[in-house]
Amino acid sequence: MATRKTAAESRPLSPHLQVYRPQITSFLSIVHRLTGVALTAGALLFSYWIISAGYGEDAYNRAQSLLGSWFGQLVMFGFTFAIFYHLCNGIRHMAWDAGRGYDMPTLRKSGWVVVVVSLSLTALTWIAAYSQTGGAS
Amino acid sequence: MKRQSHLGRALGLGSTNDGVSTWWAERLPAIALVPLTLWFIYYAVGLAGADYQTVRSWVGKDGNPVLLILFIYCMFQHGQMGLKVVLEDYVGGERNKLIAIVLAKFVAALFGLSSIFAVLRLTFGS
Repeated sequence: MATRKTAAESRPLSPHLQVYRPQITSFLSIVHRLTGVALTAGALLFSYWIISAGYGEDAYNRAQSLLGSWFGQLVMFGFTFAIFYHLCNGIRHMAWDAGRGYDMPTLRKSGWVVVVVSLSLTALTWIAAYSQTGGAS
Repeated sequence: MKRQSHLGRALGLGSTNDGVSTWWAERLPAIALVPLTLWFIYYAVGLAGADYQTVRSWVGKDGNPVLLILFIYCMFQHGQMGLKVVLEDYVGGERNKLIAIVLAKFVAALFGLSSIFAVLRLTFGS
């Protein structure tokens, strides 16, 4: 070995995604993490928007045309789903924190509820946004 | 020095006592974010494609600046703590792990405070 690692450095990292048989519970858990990490980028995008507005009209208009472009809207659509998914599954986590809903049938059922509700809220939000702006950016 | 495993050394010494407060510190912003996020999205839909004056008057209106600042604080606090958990799991090596976590905290503080400052500027600025 060219570089010797200390015992602490060579410890395995968790979790080992590749050895899991895909199932709704583990899949939703991974998506919770992914959306969480993605939403930290979403938080930066939000601050770009509000800081631009704080700078004044020109900076705000630049941010608005970027976010209103087809690419900007695509990114925002993704973030909308990430927010609703993470929020709904977060409520599921709070139920677990309270010691509720741990049996397998309930876990699967609450998982599907999260999927359906977050997809519906995402669709509803964008239908509301488009019916209001008439699709104009 | 006695040769002992990490677990053997820690057993019987009791808890480090700050676990419960960490647990609550992680959950309070998360709980607050449920109504705050729904509130923000509801109004953000109304602001889609809005011009500068509309956004500015919305930010400064009634309780909006306070709710926005709460939203920003909870969002960056929750984001930073969540990212810490992920970094602890995936970044190899204690040194890199520490650097990544400190960096996440600094970025969150910088962008969070800048966003709050922007809200104040939109509310009180001329």
